[in-house]
Amino acid sequence: MPNDIWNTLMNLDRRWVYLVIGLVTFLPILVTVDTPVQITSEVKSVFDRVESLPEGTVIMVPMEYSPDTMAELQPMARAVLRHCFSKGLKVISTALQIQGVLLIEQDLRTVANEFDKVYGEDYVFLGYKPYPDIVILNMGENFRLPFPNDYYDNDLDDLPMMAGVSNYSSVACIVNINATSGVDSWINYANGRYKADLALGVTAVIATDYYAFLQSGQIFGLMGGLKGAAEYERLIGRKGVANKAMTSVSVAHVFIILFIIIGNVAFFASGRGKRA
Amino acid sequence: MEQVSLGTMFWMTVAAFLTFCIFSFLYRDNPFYRFAEHLVVGISAGYWIAILYHTSLTDLWIDPLVASVTAFGTAEGSVAGKTGMLIVNITPGAIGVLMFSRFFKKTSWISRWPIAYYLGVSAGVALPLYLQGFVIRQVAANMMDPRSIFGMIFAGGGAADFFQGIGEIIIIIGSICGLAYFYFSAEHKGVFGGAAKLGIWILMIGFGATFGYTVMARISLLIGRLNYLIEWVRALNGFFGS
Repeated sequence: MPNDIWNTLMNLDRRWVYLVIGLVTFLPILVTVDTPVQITSEVKSVFDRVESLPEGTVIMVPMEYSPDTMAELQPMARAVLRHCFSKGLKVISTALQIQGVLLIEQDLRTVANEFDKVYGEDYVFLGYKPYPDIVILNMGENFRLPFPNDYYDNDLDDLPMMAGVSNYSSVACIVNINATSGVDSWINYANGRYKADLALGVTAVIATDYYAFLQSGQIFGLMGGLKGAAEYERLIGRKGVANKAMTSVSVAHVFIILFIIIGNVAFFASGRGKRA
Repeated sequence: MEQVSLGTMFWMTVAAFLTFCIFSFLYRDNPFYRFAEHLVVGISAGYWIAILYHTSLTDLWIDPLVASVTAFGTAEGSVAGKTGMLIVNITPGAIGVLMFSRFFKKTSWISRWPIAYYLGVSAGVALPLYLQGFVIRQVAANMMDPRSIFGMIFAGGGAADFFQGIGEIIIIIGSICGLAYFYFSAEHKGVFGGAAKLGIWILMIGFGATFGYTVMARISLLIGRLNYLIEWVRALNGFFGS
């Protein structure tokens, strides 16, 4: 009889799994629970670096994400921008991912408005240009090469913030929020070719790929997925969407681990392990 | 939540409907899912073409070309300089046009020229820097001074130093064993076989970490959509409740 249970589990319609995962993800959103989030050194180092910059310093926050990855990276981008603006830093931003340009422009404008920041004086959005590799290389020479005008078609030389800002050597560091393989180009060209200090905020799927660059010192910090965003939100003392999502993430992870254990036990207990 | 306008409510509802269409695939394939899927592909293609036309074709080719042609009508600059600029601005377009030779069987071989040019330039720009950033710097990062590692472990500098020292050793051994697994010119036997076996375990741990992160990524995307649907329901309440 117990064998029947295991066989039933092995033949369970996967839609039941989807339903359970959907419910355990959805229900925690409805309740307010402050799930503990451990701060990792790789996220702390991004925060510490931004925190150490004096008011008026120019920082670059290029953002490359689109609607399909905004759930992970938008909270992270907003947290970083809030930190920069609250510190009185001046932000240069680009959006080298074609499908995210409007989204990123909206994020930048929304956060800037929260702090009453003035466009052209406190932040500049350069927008999108095709062929990210070439654009990143050209910005290393001069921002005006790929972007003679900003996103709103203003001449860069007409923007007060851009006076004296020529290339990566004019910015204290780059915090690249990126959901694409374009991260490699920032490492290779901005850091490799032009020695710009670089930190990354990436989706969880690609986060493990970039720990090697952290260890080698090519990047000074790394934020991975929604967890990285939740850590940064805590560090700036303003818990937002990412922290609220951490309960759902934790509960869903527990259930996925349970499913993996049950699936493996059922696999061997039903005798399929022997046949395999 | 503040009340939204009719237009915003309409588009929020369209987005919510499309979200449900995509979610419906979890039950089974159906026309609603296919509609949403095709819509995404179609809109993405249209959006890309429009953006690339304006940011690539117009900005990078047509506008400079027109400017270099109209420059001949002005008194500024020498004719030789203007001709040079004209040639510079015609060349990328001419090379690009060669790609269309693929549409004709007899001339399709010509399309290899722009491809060769593109590959040559890309390789020339990328290879040295990729080699530097992804190979040399990574290898150098594994060449650590053993004295500093043992210093971290045994000098009594605290738990953080101790675990960092252990971590450095794991990185060195893990890298060597991982590479040993991919060395196929020697049989995986004896000490070498043991190293390769440890290498595959190291790789498995790496894949496990990636899997864990991937699960978090997917759950995060689901949360993103669920948050949106909650926001949509609240907006509906606000819209019809007022």
